Amino acid sequence: MDGFLINAIVYILAAVIFVPFAKRIGLGSILGYLIAGIVIGPFVLGFISNKGEGHDIMHNAEFGVVMMLFLIGLELEPKNLWKMKNLIISVGLTQVLITAALITSIGIFLGIDWRIALATGLSMSLSSTAIVLQSLKEKNELGSTTGKMSFGVLLMQDIAVIPILAFLPLLAITAIDLPTTGGYGILENQPNWAQTLMIFGAIGLVILLGRFGFGPLLGWVSKTKLRELFTASALLIVFGIAFLMNLVGLSPALGTFLAGVILANSPYKHALESDLDPFKGLLLGLFFMAVGATINFTLIWHEAYGILSLTLGVIILKTLVLLVIGKFKKLNLPDNLSFAIGLSQVSEFSFVTYAFALQLGVFSQSNSDMLMAVTALTMTITPLLLVLLDQFIIPKLTSTSTNKKTEIDPKIPDQNKVILIGFGHFGSTLGRFMRANGVEATILDSDPDQIDFLRKMGFNVYFGDGTRLDLLHAAGAEQAKILISAIDNTEHSLKLVQLCKEHFPKLEVMIRAKNRYDAFEMMEMGVKNIYREHLDTSIRMGEDVLKKLGFRAYTVHRLAKQFRDYDEEALKVLVKFKGNKDEYISKVKKQIELQETLLSGELMRKFSMNDHVWDSDAMKEE
Amino acid sequence: MRKILILFAHPKYEHSDANKALISAVQDLHQVQIRDLYELYPDFNVNIQEEQELLFEFDVIIWQHPLYWYSCPPLLKQWIDLVLEFGWAYGPGGNYLNGKFIFNAITSGGSPELYSHDGKNRYTLEDYLRPFEQTALLCGMKYLPYFQLGGTHKMSEIDLAQKADEYRQRLIHLRDAESISSVFPHQTLK
Repeated sequence: MDGFLINAIVYILAAVIFVPFAKRIGLGSILGYLIAGIVIGPFVLGFISNKGEGHDIMHNAEFGVVMMLFLIGLELEPKNLWKMKNLIISVGLTQVLITAALITSIGIFLGIDWRIALATGLSMSLSSTAIVLQSLKEKNELGSTTGKMSFGVLLMQDIAVIPILAFLPLLAITAIDLPTTGGYGILENQPNWAQTLMIFGAIGLVILLGRFGFGPLLGWVSKTKLRELFTASALLIVFGIAFLMNLVGLSPALGTFLAGVILANSPYKHALESDLDPFKGLLLGLFFMAVGATINFTLIWHEAYGILSLTLGVIILKTLVLLVIGKFKKLNLPDNLSFAIGLSQVSEFSFVTYAFALQLGVFSQSNSDMLMAVTALTMTITPLLLVLLDQFIIPKLTSTSTNKKTEIDPKIPDQNKVILIGFGHFGSTLGRFMRANGVEATILDSDPDQIDFLRKMGFNVYFGDGTRLDLLHAAGAEQAKILISAIDNTEHSLKLVQLCKEHFPKLEVMIRAKNRYDAFEMMEMGVKNIYREHLDTSIRMGEDVLKKLGFRAYTVHRLAKQFRDYDEEALKVLVKFKGNKDEYISKVKKQIELQETLLSGELMRKFSMNDHVWDSDAMKEE
Repeated sequence: MRKILILFAHPKYEHSDANKALISAVQDLHQVQIRDLYELYPDFNVNIQEEQELLFEFDVIIWQHPLYWYSCPPLLKQWIDLVLEFGWAYGPGGNYLNGKFIFNAITSGGSPELYSHDGKNRYTLEDYLRPFEQTALLCGMKYLPYFQLGGTHKMSEIDLAQKADEYRQRLIHLRDAESISSVFPHQTLK
């Protein structure tokens, strides 16, 4: 237990120290984690004593990548994915095949055994999903042309992992009996057709569950109103799919990505995002630290020349291949450079393929060690290169060539100008009115039954408690113009006001208040747009009463408007006295008196205090 | 028998003895319908479709209103702006009002004498009502001479009753007469 606590403290402390520092000086969080990993690793401070431990941690933390792909899937609706199919196939497949072929032939040319060269080539053609997507997200470039192309390539590579893992055993020099380690277990002993069948069965199962299983599960769980249970269910979905994929030998990341895409249309999208995001972040951070910790500096020191030239060679080769592809896809130079250099590192999946190749006897121990060092180094160097590119090279290029960045459409689905929180009777009336006038809002509500019903009516309602910051982020509070709180609960409303004030000062907050006491609190918090829910209705009812008593409709209309304005004004006075009960009561009495005098003037047909319009009495007296 | 529609606009009818006298003098007349615009549309949201359908049924239309700043109260102007649509009241296909009779029935604080070239108001009431006249003509309607109840500030109850009866007689004439001459002087029925 002590060991665990100390470990946890070491990792977290390293992250807390180095990541903010790295971000501050513009290196981005990934480099921060990598540096933290190197520092606590065996070659600097030695908290992680042996390489095995680092690898173990890395292996476990790889799950962050799985979660990241699930979350990315959530952002991507099936129809958008379908639109990307050309990109995935043409750009992605070309990249993998050409890169693998080039590395293999160079290897053979240098006199390395063709089997080793081919295994190396295939492994090194992959790029790191974790690093690329994380840095794209950090720069908010996932929606840009470069972002989309990078994503297409990464997706293809994730698919390519499957045939690569299937292909490696064919390269085995001696037919050794494989130690069936967990993973690709149950498929080994099956005939080919059964393997294929099981793979398709597993994918089918994921799609079916995504369509019909997860929604009801989440709905059922969310009714308990226990937030941790919802988080647990979200984790269950990701773990379950990862397990299933492992079982049939598919990439867990690919499986969860698929599930994410299917759930992209679900009402729980934003809630899932905000619940899983911290896990993903922590695991990825841990993963990057583990990569840093496994860099074998002794080996690098001894074989400095070989390893460094290999590392640079791989980066340059991958960059060149990607540059050519980018050129064909008509990327401008700055975009093309960040696309190519961004994807030029070697993937975390390569650690898996090296280990597999080692087991199979394709690689020797020294091969594997060297390649691992090269891979970790590429993962460290490319973020650095990107920083240099962004800070020094691209500004120069864009100042000379025309800046095409304006064309980029950073549109995420459901980025509306209005966020509506609470879709009960109040909120839904508001929502219908806005929609009738062509204003779509991103709607959040925490009642699963209500959501189900409204979804059937064609409203894009998402499940979630709108008073959570992460959920507000996910709903696009940073880009939105107006946030409407139509929730029934004063406490939540006040919390929401506070959150918006702190985190989204530009957002215009419009808020439903239950009564004047709520309104007072909101006024004190500086909210300008307060709507007491009963005010308009009760005055409107009063209007009708007066009309039925024989008052003229237009007169009543004006009186009602005056009364309402007066009441709002009076509230601004009263709020100053709300702390003092005696004074408050006397003020209220005074306000009521004043109000009544004002209005009774009309009743007495004098109406002289403030309204002389259409009054001919004065002229008569002349 | 012609059907008569009174489009009545007064933002503060409850204070207008003059208009009350006029309305109560004609409200029981057969074939006469009074449309109290400020009561119907306190929010100025005139129902165009309904107004047009109604206009179609009537042969004589009266804009009854007090004279405010030498014109009508804003809701009546709103009614004109909204209801007399292009393509319905005028312009191509806008022939639904063709041949109908229309005129203004006005109450004014100032006495009729003030509305002359020598008077304080410098122009005749006819001059002030030109926009209404032209509106009617553009819509193919026959614009009849106005009816005026002037000097409401100083009017005795007897005079008021007499004037109201005059209004009633004119409406009966418009309803029942064989033919209406478009040039009858507005004092004919005195």
